[in-house]
Amino acid sequence: MSHEMSDEKLPESHGSEGHEAAVHGDPFADPGLPAHEPRRTDIDERAAKRAERQVSLLFIVSMLATVGFIASYVAIDIDKIVYIFPLGHVSALNFALGMTLGVALFCIGAGAVHWARTLMSDHEIPAERHPIEADDELRADVIEQFKTGAAESGFGRRKMLRNTLIGSMALVPLSGVVLLRDLGPLPEDKLAHTGWEVATPAKPLKLINMNTNEPMKPEDIVTGSLTFAKPEGLEEDQEFFQEQIAKDALMIIRIAPEDLKDRKSADLGFEGILAYSKICTHVGCPISLYEQQTHHALCPCHQSTFDLADGARVIFGPAGHPLPQLKITTDEKGFLVATGDFQEPVGPSYWERP
Amino acid sequence: MKKLSARRRHPLAALVVLLLALAATGGLYAAFAPAEKAQADTSAQSLAIEEGKKLFAVGCSSCHGLDGQGSSDGPSLVGVGSAAVDFQVGTGRMPAQQSGAQVPSKKVVYSQAQIDQLAAYVASLGPGPVAPTKEQYTSTDPNDVAKGGELFRTNCAQCHNFAGKGGALTKGKYAPTLENTSPKHIYEAMQTGPQNMPSFPDTTMPEEQKKQIVAFVSHTNDEPSPGGLSLGSLGPVTEGLFGWIFALGALIVTAIWVAAHTTKAKKS
Repeated sequence: MSHEMSDEKLPESHGSEGHEAAVHGDPFADPGLPAHEPRRTDIDERAAKRAERQVSLLFIVSMLATVGFIASYVAIDIDKIVYIFPLGHVSALNFALGMTLGVALFCIGAGAVHWARTLMSDHEIPAERHPIEADDELRADVIEQFKTGAAESGFGRRKMLRNTLIGSMALVPLSGVVLLRDLGPLPEDKLAHTGWEVATPAKPLKLINMNTNEPMKPEDIVTGSLTFAKPEGLEEDQEFFQEQIAKDALMIIRIAPEDLKDRKSADLGFEGILAYSKICTHVGCPISLYEQQTHHALCPCHQSTFDLADGARVIFGPAGHPLPQLKITTDEKGFLVATGDFQEPVGPSYWERP
Repeated sequence: MKKLSARRRHPLAALVVLLLALAATGGLYAAFAPAEKAQADTSAQSLAIEEGKKLFAVGCSSCHGLDGQGSSDGPSLVGVGSAAVDFQVGTGRMPAQQSGAQVPSKKVVYSQAQIDQLAAYVASLGPGPVAPTKEQYTSTDPNDVAKGGELFRTNCAQCHNFAGKGGALTKGKYAPTLENTSPKHIYEAMQTGPQNMPSFPDTTMPEEQKKQIVAFVSHTNDEPSPGGLSLGSLGPVTEGLFGWIFALGALIVTAIWVAAHTTKAKKS
């Protein structure tokens, strides 16, 4: 260490030994500040006047643009559409407001820059660096004061005092943690169930087409078609519709029986009609990018891909579980119905997920 | 009657009689025409099927089989209906240029008359969705746009983007943009589910709703963009990218330009 340090100091010691020789021989010598060069505006009063006029002109253009902004706000009709190349048909008001405000701000900035570069003083001012560290005497004094304070408080000697202080400090944050309970009711087992849970084999729940708001029959569902469904009784004007449909949404597809690869999934369906949850098991995006020939469903958020012909097995992407499937059959009138909840919780994984 | 009789030798009498006779014949024809017209239609129909069969044998049978029964290179066309033919051939997707992830739309090679003949032939192979008439896809109710928008967001936007600009699917497949698709072809795509697009049959999406969706897509295509460049209507990703690359790039270039030009009197 000491050897290296002496090596580092070598050029400096050389320099101090023979000053004349070092200036010519040392390629790393500090050249110092270059001589100050004046600007045209510093030496030519006419140039300075011209620069002043240029800056003022920019500020005046800015003022005019602001007046133009206010004028366009008052004068231009909000519905007026104009054709402007290359933007196409745009709102005249938006375009005018954007352009005038842009010019107003740009001219203030450009004027300020031009002013600083031509007219404000440009003399180089060196600012020497100083060590950040306090000097040794001050540091010794602070350490001495701390030691004295620690000894006088008896923190090290009176053990009971110390331990109770630590205990009280450790407990205080708990009051903040308890207040977190006010954030709302606990989810309990709501994540594990959906609106379909009220369906039973004795009292099944009809699948309602989201387009027509009517129940569906198996013959309505054509092979290769895609239909979205919700449980019977759930209506869009209900208070908690959005919360409910976020869990209950179904996509109904029909796959030719010979293309079905998963026996269990086929049994949950009805003659090739399968009802899958529309909620991705990764982070819960609605997933319905269904390809009817490959039977793949793609999630638009993170590209998780499910093979709906194979029990919605994950074939690509970050999803951790297949899409939950709803067991469906028909009731005595021939409508498609569910006889129970999904086979597993819908949506993303969570801590207590079975 | 006497007046009429007095003028029977008038030079124009023959002409008047001729016109009356023609009107009478025309009226009689009009009265009895429907039956004859229907006959003419059926014969026109069978003629179209005949012509379509010839076109099919030349242009389609190498992949779809001589009787449209399909082969290893192309699916069976039994039961796809005239709507599927009108869509596939009318958008230039068929005849396909090459196999691949997806057959793109390209220059249409058949005239509409030939497409109708092909469609008539394929429709005769088995019952399927029928190509719509103009009334079926032309909306007259201004409320249809709003209703169609809601249906579009439920059924179509996941693949075709909320403004109908299209989007990517798995393994090189994609949902095409709807900007240049004619109302008739949009309607037929919903009926038939071409390639990997699922179908939306009348049983789950009634005709009226298809018409509303077509109204929404047409309206969106013609809609001006009040905010300026739409940048593909892909949302904050393209807008952010544009801002970061072009706006920030312009700022950096300007800063470098300003700093590179000295104001010193002695240029070095």
